[in-house]
Amino acid sequence: MDKMQIKNFIAKRVARELHDGDLVNLGIGLPTLVGNFLPSDIHINLQSENGLIGLGPAPTEETYDADITNAGGQPVTLLDGGMYFDSTLSFSIIRGGHVDVTVLGCLQVDQTGSLASWIIPGKMVPGMGGAMDLVTGAKKVIIATTHTNRGKPKILKQCFLPLTAKNQVNMIITEMGVMEVRDDGLHLLEYNPEYTIMEIVEATDATLVINNPKVMKLEV
Amino acid sequence: MKEIIKISDLKNHLFDGMSIMVGGFMAIGTPELLIDEIVRLNVKDITIICNDAGLADLGVGKLIANGQVKKLIASHIGLNPEAGRLMSEGLMECVLVPQGTLAEQIRAGGAGLGGFLTPTGLGTIVEKGKKIIAVNKKDFILELPLRADLALLYGTTVDKYGNTNFTKTTRNFNPVMATATDLVIVQARKMVDRIDPDNVMTPHIFVDYIVKEEE
Repeated sequence: MDKMQIKNFIAKRVARELHDGDLVNLGIGLPTLVGNFLPSDIHINLQSENGLIGLGPAPTEETYDADITNAGGQPVTLLDGGMYFDSTLSFSIIRGGHVDVTVLGCLQVDQTGSLASWIIPGKMVPGMGGAMDLVTGAKKVIIATTHTNRGKPKILKQCFLPLTAKNQVNMIITEMGVMEVRDDGLHLLEYNPEYTIMEIVEATDATLVINNPKVMKLEV
Repeated sequence: MKEIIKISDLKNHLFDGMSIMVGGFMAIGTPELLIDEIVRLNVKDITIICNDAGLADLGVGKLIANGQVKKLIASHIGLNPEAGRLMSEGLMECVLVPQGTLAEQIRAGGAGLGGFLTPTGLGTIVEKGKKIIAVNKKDFILELPLRADLALLYGTTVDKYGNTNFTKTTRNFNPVMATATDLVIVQARKMVDRIDPDNVMTPHIFVDYIVKEEE
């Protein structure tokens, strides 16, 4: 698979974790692709933390409105039934546990569910934006990421970059497999048969609990 | 009736070393006219409280690029490389705050609260130097209120009384900031006689002055 196929593959698998009626917040980058792969019988409500629920696709020339943007400042549209609100209500929704699922990328994630995604000291300091609140407040936190970064593991025993949140991640979905953080460790629930279990273990710094993992669906 | 001032009157309300809350999210909902005037007047050593650092040539990014900002309190500076550079070179102090915590700090500042308890940031560098308080066996960080000398808002529709409505996603931090500063100045995209009382997002009692956009 090339880079785009890998991203779409991950996004497609993430989409299967979403249920009809869920309130979902998708992070910037790979997670935004998830919306493209929802089955037609599943309708979710997408939140954007700058102040809307009912996030629609990018506008056409006719539907463009400079006053409607997503949390990345990009122009978007509002779906039927959608609405706007201010930042305090937006974060009451987020911190108050009203978001069913948040999907985010990562720099590092570890087997205890801790996440590092907002700073590489001395190199990149974009800030945490709404990520800390989202990861802390959402009912389910899914990390959607490539399994490694230029061959280096991103799924670690313990994150060494500054954390976004401690012990909040529930699930990690990569091109190699689906992992769930449980009290007794990081379980490999599904694996992509394009890789051997050995290859997956080698690409993972974290200790994987492997107990009859299922095969991940493959169509891209 | 609320006093409508000219943009040139803004200087009467500015001073070096002041703190300013600026509405907007990635410069959507930011009063650019008011920002431009502060750039022109070159007010120095400002503390800016804003969701983000704007863009290099938009929003509070213009104040940062002009070297007027001593301290920035924001949740995200990633879209403004200049802010990152000034921060890493020690030329601008930058306090990064989780977005929900920032919004709630401003709310607490405007609502007469002594602070609030949030789980956001537990186990991260955000909790450094802050009090951790357990309630019903759950830990929370004590976050303190934020206030400032001046709030600059971007109202989409403002009536002659000063009642303000913010359209679509321009609302963001604007209404809460109106509650948390000594002085509030609204840039009005459009002035009307009367906003439907049901559509008022910032009641006129919070607004001190209006600057009309068309001037």
